[in-house]
Amino acid sequence: MQLDLVTSLYVFLLAAFIGFEVIRRVSPLLHTPLMSLTNALDAIAVVGAIILAGEGKSNLAKILGTIAIIAATSNIVGGFMITDRMLKMFKASGPRKP
Amino acid sequence: MFASENILEITYLIATALFVLSLKWLSSPVTARRGVWAGEVGMLLAIAGTLLHKGIVDYRWIAIGLVLGTIIGVPLGRVAMTAVPQRTALSHAFGALCVTLVGTAEFYIRAPHVPQFMMGVLSLEVILGALTFTGSLMAAGKLQEVLPQRPITYKGQNLVNLGFLAIAIGIAVTLVLHPDKTFLFPFMISIPLAFGVMMIIPIGGADMPTVISLLNSYAGLSAAAMGFVLGSKLLIVAGALDGASGFILSVNMSKAMNRSFTNVLFGAFGQEQVVAAGTKETRPVRSASPEEAAGILAAASKVVIVPGYGMAVAQAQHKVRELYDALTKRGVDVKFGIHPVAGRMPGHMNVLLAEADIPYDKLLEMDDINGDFPQTDVALIIGANDVTNPAAREDQSSPIYGMPILDVDKARTVMVIKRSMAAGFAGIDNPLYYLDRTLMLFGDAKNFVGSIVRELSGGHG
Repeated sequence: MQLDLVTSLYVFLLAAFIGFEVIRRVSPLLHTPLMSLTNALDAIAVVGAIILAGEGKSNLAKILGTIAIIAATSNIVGGFMITDRMLKMFKASGPRKP
Repeated sequence: MFASENILEITYLIATALFVLSLKWLSSPVTARRGVWAGEVGMLLAIAGTLLHKGIVDYRWIAIGLVLGTIIGVPLGRVAMTAVPQRTALSHAFGALCVTLVGTAEFYIRAPHVPQFMMGVLSLEVILGALTFTGSLMAAGKLQEVLPQRPITYKGQNLVNLGFLAIAIGIAVTLVLHPDKTFLFPFMISIPLAFGVMMIIPIGGADMPTVISLLNSYAGLSAAAMGFVLGSKLLIVAGALDGASGFILSVNMSKAMNRSFTNVLFGAFGQEQVVAAGTKETRPVRSASPEEAAGILAAASKVVIVPGYGMAVAQAQHKVRELYDALTKRGVDVKFGIHPVAGRMPGHMNVLLAEADIPYDKLLEMDDINGDFPQTDVALIIGANDVTNPAAREDQSSPIYGMPILDVDKARTVMVIKRSMAAGFAGIDNPLYYLDRTLMLFGDAKNFVGSIVRELSGGHG
């Protein structure tokens, strides 16, 4: 499936605007988890790698696709895990467990 | 259209919505974990939908990739909190690697008949991907201290770097016009790979927050370019979100260091670090022992603690928590003032202090805490230097003049825990240390805070 240039640019432009508006509101308190979370989401590139490795149009595509899947999957797994670990630590004051 | 293709598009659409929600929920610590959950569900949906793609004929390699990726990913999700900056840099490298490899394969599948528009975005994808890959590896190496942290500069460095970039862009333009010249493609990857290394060579440790943010932005943009190539709206959106996030953080960081954004964009962060080394200060300073420091802190009613990278290096955050507890128990109001570039990545200090169980509503940003300093009895600085240097406010000749700082010098008493009188990262002397109201507490941050805590708990029943 191909998108034409104009449609792609529309999607990019709108997503970038939404990104600016949403991310501007993220408190600096959470900028480290923000970076690890967007990094994990960015690893959605794995879908391109999956199709590449699965279609098997050439041996090169299979090999590069598989390495790309490994790289992206490690970002997905590690990225979500560490983001959740960090966010778990942020607690408001109040009665704290000893 | 086949039914399966519709299903695929719908899963992608839902994943896109979940990704946006994921970032929206991250705006507050209360809803943030829901954001991670939304991201995970979106990711699983998109991957599951993709596996149903009708073009896939062979699942073996996919399975191997997913399993190996998980095996590598789990330990990367379990690193210590102090290692988060280098882990983040490494994950930027992995993301960029994925994008570069997919772009390379796409080129060789399509060559020599690549439409001009596609060749253009494909070039953007692999150039950004390749330079982000090596650049992030270099950054991770510097943060892990397997590479020297100090900036390495030489004459004409920027010119050489820009030259490399210009050659890569020249090759890209040639390929857009003549996609049949496939022999040029390896150069379009190898030159940005070299550029990535050279871009990070002049970067010092304290510039890392800016650099990591910038690499984050590049990684996002290269993924968005990959979305253009593959015609994937989901990927365009995810890349744009990541790119926007990295861009916002880069702008924040460069503002917090009083650098112009173009300065950052062209990789000239590690600018000239020329310091008048001859004018060594010999003015007297006042120092104090842990007992004296504990006494002053116990008598205070309002204390602001200012942490910096030194606290992370000394792993002092848990001792700082004990200090926080001991003072809070005595009815002292303790808050933390966090400078945006304290540490090695945006938000670094917050994560370390949250790990030590300090409530996040006690962690205040620079703009929120600065008004409090005149009413503060003690400002306790732990391992921070340049971000508290009043020269940035007063001394027009200072290299950091104009950089926003924490106004700790307005507090009634300033205490600075520091190993020695050595200058900070920027090599700039800090006039704060010579003020009458300043007490220098010489020693290792962890040990010194520990001694203060002992004094506080022992001296008073």
